[in-house]
Amino acid sequence: MKDTWKLGDHEFTSRFILGSGKYSLDLIKAAVENAGAQIITLALRRAATGNVANILDYIPKGVTLLPNTSGARNAEEAVRIAHLAREVGCGDFIKIECIRDSKYLLPDNYETAKATETLAKEGFVVMPYMYPDLNAARDMANAGAACIMPLGAPIGTNKGLATKEFIKILIDEIDLPVIVDAGIGKPSQACEAMEMGAAAVMANTAIATAGDIPAMAEAFRRAIEAGRGAYLAGTGRVLETGAAASSPLTGFLAD
Amino acid sequence: MVKVNGENREGFVGKTLSELLCGLGYKESYIAVELNGDIVKKDSYGAVVLKDGDRLEVVSFVGGG
Repeated sequence: MKDTWKLGDHEFTSRFILGSGKYSLDLIKAAVENAGAQIITLALRRAATGNVANILDYIPKGVTLLPNTSGARNAEEAVRIAHLAREVGCGDFIKIECIRDSKYLLPDNYETAKATETLAKEGFVVMPYMYPDLNAARDMANAGAACIMPLGAPIGTNKGLATKEFIKILIDEIDLPVIVDAGIGKPSQACEAMEMGAAAVMANTAIATAGDIPAMAEAFRRAIEAGRGAYLAGTGRVLETGAAASSPLTGFLAD
Repeated sequence: MVKVNGENREGFVGKTLSELLCGLGYKESYIAVELNGDIVKKDSYGAVVLKDGDRLEVVSFVGGG
């Protein structure tokens, strides 16, 4: 059976959501292909005048576009950005980012839940980026979120799964896909998130700041697949003390 | 005078939104437009006539995470 997961009514096989920020448009196609990504994030900004290249021309056909509400400081601004993003005409997916804190770029869970409620009622597939707090995650779920996107570490830091214990709680308690977003810096960290039971991993900076962007996209894809495989297989137990021989303890050669 | 993305633009009062977008080099399939805070549907661009003091926001997708 195919290992699929869902956001709203949309089914996916890839568990790697790729960001498109901070690298050349010319590398997007190779990054998407090597990542095996079926979802790519975008931001919405004031449009440049004149005949400038548009990112939509660089994204392979069939890839789901996931606009974010970056730049929003509260629910009202996030809703406004979501409406504009939908009007561009690329679907109903929206990743909510409500950020007031300009130093650590931490999401405001309260405003995010408010925006989630408004947009879910309007039929958006709402994917809230959040600080991994169980009560807030329940608020997101009750507000109609299609998933939750807890951060591993502050955006763009490549510090990895600093919030690991709290993401484990969300995976245990929340009956929605948990997508680890932000902070994941290395394939090993993405793999660990998947081993824990995350539904997917989202990464941008880890790819954008890598030495070879398409090669890192591929490395992440393989790590995410490996982690998913390990989760499905069920990881082996950990011995708290002592050791357990892997080889038989009988039939040793005599002196 | 109308304001587009915070910049004053001369010569578009009495023209349609379509004419302004074309004149400034925006491709309609890439953008969304707010006029005085309200979204304008793409199929209305040709019907909206601009007035003095109108404020427009024209947005499009860029790379982001």
